[in-house]
Amino acid sequence: MRIKNHPILSFDGRETIPFYFNDKLYYGVEGDTIASALVANNVKALTSSLHLERPRGFYCAIGNCASCNMVVDGEPNVRTCITPLKKDMRVYRQKGRGRLHAKE
Amino acid sequence: MQKSEVVVVGAGPAGLTAAHELLKAGAEVTLIDRNASLGGQLIKQTHKFFGSEKQYAAHRGIDILERLTENLIPYERFHLLSETTVVGFYHDKVLTCLKDDRYFKLQADSVIFATGASEHSIPFENNDLPGVYAAGAVQTLMNEYGIKPGQRVLMVGSGNIGLIVSYQLMQAGVDVAAVLEASERIGGYLVHASKLRRLGVEIRTNMSIKSAIGEAHVEAAEAWRLDEDWQGIEGSEERYDVDTICIAVGLSPLTELLEQAGAEVEYISELGGNVPVLKDYETTIEGVYACGDLANIEEASSAMVEGRIAGIRAAQALDYTVENAEMRLKALDDELVDLRSGPPGDNVRRGLKKMEGLT
Ligand SMILES: Cc1cc2nc3c(=O)[nH]c(=O)nc-3n(C[C@H](O)[C@H](O)[C@H](O)COP(=O)(O)OP(=O)(O)OC[C@H]3O[C@@H](n4cnc5c(N)ncnc54)[C@H](O)[C@@H]3O)c2cc1C
Ligand code: FES
Repeated sequence: MRIKNHPILSFDGRETIPFYFNDKLYYGVEGDTIASALVANNVKALTSSLHLERPRGFYCAIGNCASCNMVVDGEPNVRTCITPLKKDMRVYRQKGRGRLHAKE
Repeated sequence: MQKSEVVVVGAGPAGLTAAHELLKAGAEVTLIDRNASLGGQLIKQTHKFFGSEKQYAAHRGIDILERLTENLIPYERFHLLSETTVVGFYHDKVLTCLKDDRYFKLQADSVIFATGASEHSIPFENNDLPGVYAAGAVQTLMNEYGIKPGQRVLMVGSGNIGLIVSYQLMQAGVDVAAVLEASERIGGYLVHASKLRRLGVEIRTNMSIKSAIGEAHVEAAEAWRLDEDWQGIEGSEERYDVDTICIAVGLSPLTELLEQAGAEVEYISELGGNVPVLKDYETTIEGVYACGDLANIEEASSAMVEGRIAGIRAAQALDYTVENAEMRLKALDDELVDLRSGPPGDNVRRGLKKMEGLT
């Protein structure tokens, strides 16, 4: 859900960026972080809690809390709220602590 | 190891002004921020500012920011490391930094910390469901990225942040179901509260959130009335059909890096919880300074003044001459006194008294 009309800000004219979330194609725009692009696509659960595996969304959006950690291009624990979205990135919802070179 | 005479950690209003003063005095400054864009919390402040006239009270945060960053660009001895997170700090003023998955070390003669604060959460049932977001985070999402957090929001907390973010949600076309306030009085300034009321948003005092409802994400929220001891009253529950719950119940300073190096930290609730022990903005480690929300949770206006003072002090300690230093420090101090006058400043004044007692 992108803001269409705003009395002060304008977000028009930004280039579209394709990326993959759980192997499905999505689109973000220039200036997005991974997390903002997902939320714009109504994807709210980004990771899951360590023990009970409860779904988790972002919380702080500025890199403080780790509740947005995801697997990005094979790398776990990427703080997606402060990582700029890049073309063709492969993003997976993370389960637990994450393993290196794993999909989830 | 890479070296920089001064390292400023955090490019919010405090870090930007501190860097500016040091550069003016002639020092070499490396400014580090984990974000791609500079400005800290200021980036997303589209509203006109509360604060004093001198500190741009009539301007929007985003405009102030532009001026602050432009100030730095002309200096040859200015280096910027954005998208770089400082992850370690040692008492001999070595910083460990992380950029693009690579770690490197940086040695400084003087370090200024202006890392700001992180937002609190509060305990309630299902408070970890996706859709429960910190208010500042929602502001970031809307004003920096142009994205709505949801369709309908319940705001918890009526301090300035809760009020301002509620207003901005409405501006972005998101419905605000209500603002809940646990105490009997609205926390923020009256101007912000009346703006919201004019839009038909109710601010409900003596109320808090009981639970978030939903499986995979928030589908509703349950609020309840609180008694004098802030305990929820059974039977007073009310349901709000919202997809987002926004938490605006305060911030705590990000003191971890200073603590790693052994700088003293004290709990002073009026300043926001654990804060570094400071004397003239210097921590208990010589040549290491702290300013802005990290020193005490306040406003961008005071953060900018504190940054300047810390910058001037650090420049002097490095033997640079600061023009009209005494006069300027006096004027800056007066400005802070001014900003903290009146009832809204009561807390901070009390907190700073306690701090004085410590040093
Ligand atoms: C939602 C909201 C609305 C507000 N509205 C107003 C207002 O209207 N008027 C007003 O005067 N004040 C307002 N404030 C308060 C004001 O924003 C803050 O007091 C001010 O921004 C503090 O400035 P600072 O420089 O200390 O910290 P910040 O602005 O928080 O900046 C800290 C910077 O440090 C960086 N950082 C932190 N840790 C690291 C690390 N380890 N490595 C690298 N970088 C790091 C962060 O990325 C950030 O850029 C508001 C605050 C919020 C949350
Ligand atoms: S949401 Fe807190 S670190 Fe990303």
